Amino acid sequence: MATKLRILVPVKRVIDYAVKPRVNKAQTGVETNVKHSMNPFDELSIEEAVRLREKEKPVEDILAFSAGPAKSQDILRTAMAMGADRGIHVVEEKQEMEPLGVAKLLKKVVEQEDRNLVILGKQSIDDDANQTGQMLAGLLNWPQATQASQVDIDGDTCTVTREVDGGVETLRAKLPMIITTDLRLNEPRYASLPNIMKAKKKPLEKKTLADFGVDGEKRLKTVKVAEPPARQGGGKVEDVDGMIGKLKELGAL
Amino acid sequence: MAAPLRNGLLRQANTCLRQARPTTIRPLSRDALRRLASTLAVLEQREGKLNMSSLASISAAQKLGGSIHGFVAGANGKTVADEAAKVDGLEKVIYVDNGAYDKGLPENWAPLLVENIKKGGYTHVFAGHSAFGKNLLPRVAALLDVQQISDITEIQGEDTFVRPIYAGNAILTVKSEDNPKIITVRGTAFPAGAAEGGSASVEEGADPKAECPTEWVSEDLAKSDRPDLATAEKVVSGGRGLKSKEEFDRLMPPLADALGAAIGASRAAVDSGFADNSLQVGQTGKNVAPQLYLCAGISGAIQHLAGMKDSKVIAAINKDPDAPIFQVADVGLVGDLFEKVPELTEKLKSS
Repeated sequence: MATKLRILVPVKRVIDYAVKPRVNKAQTGVETNVKHSMNPFDELSIEEAVRLREKEKPVEDILAFSAGPAKSQDILRTAMAMGADRGIHVVEEKQEMEPLGVAKLLKKVVEQEDRNLVILGKQSIDDDANQTGQMLAGLLNWPQATQASQVDIDGDTCTVTREVDGGVETLRAKLPMIITTDLRLNEPRYASLPNIMKAKKKPLEKKTLADFGVDGEKRLKTVKVAEPPARQGGGKVEDVDGMIGKLKELGAL
Repeated sequence: MAAPLRNGLLRQANTCLRQARPTTIRPLSRDALRRLASTLAVLEQREGKLNMSSLASISAAQKLGGSIHGFVAGANGKTVADEAAKVDGLEKVIYVDNGAYDKGLPENWAPLLVENIKKGGYTHVFAGHSAFGKNLLPRVAALLDVQQISDITEIQGEDTFVRPIYAGNAILTVKSEDNPKIITVRGTAFPAGAAEGGSASVEEGADPKAECPTEWVSEDLAKSDRPDLATAEKVVSGGRGLKSKEEFDRLMPPLADALGAAIGASRAAVDSGFADNSLQVGQTGKNVAPQLYLCAGISGAIQHLAGMKDSKVIAAINKDPDAPIFQVADVGLVGDLFEKVPELTEKLKSS
């Protein structure tokens, strides 16, 4: 008998990938009064979890999780419309959590909810840290396969192909396990209207950090957030000779 | 817990310095740093050969001052250590000779590093923000109860670091009071470091021989005689405008050869199967900062710009005069790449 997969998929609400973030005047962060969406890598995680069930792997349930402001609920509903069975939302309005804090929180969720597979995005496109999955694996002392582009589960054994510098590598480990998703893992589906309606009825629990005994205290202090140095487009040239001439002038050839 | 790592003396000295200088954002004087900082630079190796791009963590550590120890592990640990001992800037190289570390699996590497970090009492641990560093260091940081700082591009003081966020659309300066500070370094932001000229001592490190539950099965690496994308002086890059893999393969390699350049690609080109995944430049691919970045058929989405906008000179060929790439390009040519790229290749070859 193969172990039933009890999957946890953490999702994060971030500024939509197509929006160009603007640094605020006080230089403390970026303007957040813009369109937000689910972190694109997290969509891949949900999609992969749902596909495991569709491939008739023994999936017991798929739990979507998010920590963040009240509006993160929308992201959890999206996850449920894509196929997650239920959601847990840790409401945290005060400040954005750091990867270490999130990993500690997720460890508690894994324990309380008896999970044996966690699928996370490889990074969130706001802080670009690329840490949470690895930290969670360390705290749980579980195997990890990051930047996955292919996942095969057979009984208790996961075979994962990872994107590495210069190509791919394949790893194998037994459940329980942590996987983080890379862009080429799958093509996330759009939630259909009937599924969006159904998702409204799926259970969504609201919790607090205190419920999990995690303080969420930040370790790093933001000194400043600044605009990157602006690059000036150098203008256009008429033809290929002009391009070669200009590149020589700039010392690039 | 990090507590056993905290060296009482060091903390005291730190506190004194902080009190003496209320403007903590300013870097400490070099002399003070030399007394305080001691860095472990995690070096990468492959089949007994040192990975030169991992030396950027040494040049980053040199900005801190203080002593720098290199760390290598694998089946030929001692041989690689002897090679690393010649790298300029290292005081000591610590090696562990054990084939179990050859594949860089974080499940046994993390306990290995934790043990050696504790043993050496380091204040900073640096590794490259490569596939290896990204995979391993957060696991190490969690075991040490430290909030890692990823992909730094600048060091402002022993506790203050600069890194890009939001795909490089904002630059964050953070201060960390964690000890040790666990950091990955953006390779293109620091000089590569000299492979010769040093004379470090070589010492065997601790080997906790942690069990690794993960089995390494296989790998498939793209073989190429061209310069490595991440460190190349020149990069030519193609996008969706190339239309097919056949056209990509027909137009880009000759141009790269004419320039002695590495080949890169946009996500659109990779997703459409024109080019291998490992060639992707951008937020989720590689970061490059060559002397020349010459791209054709790339519109310049923010995720792509994230990976190349620190290039010294950017040149772009695109048929759309309003493509965002022209806002950052030093040299822009509006035209059909199927005409312009072959013409450019010919003219570069004959010049």
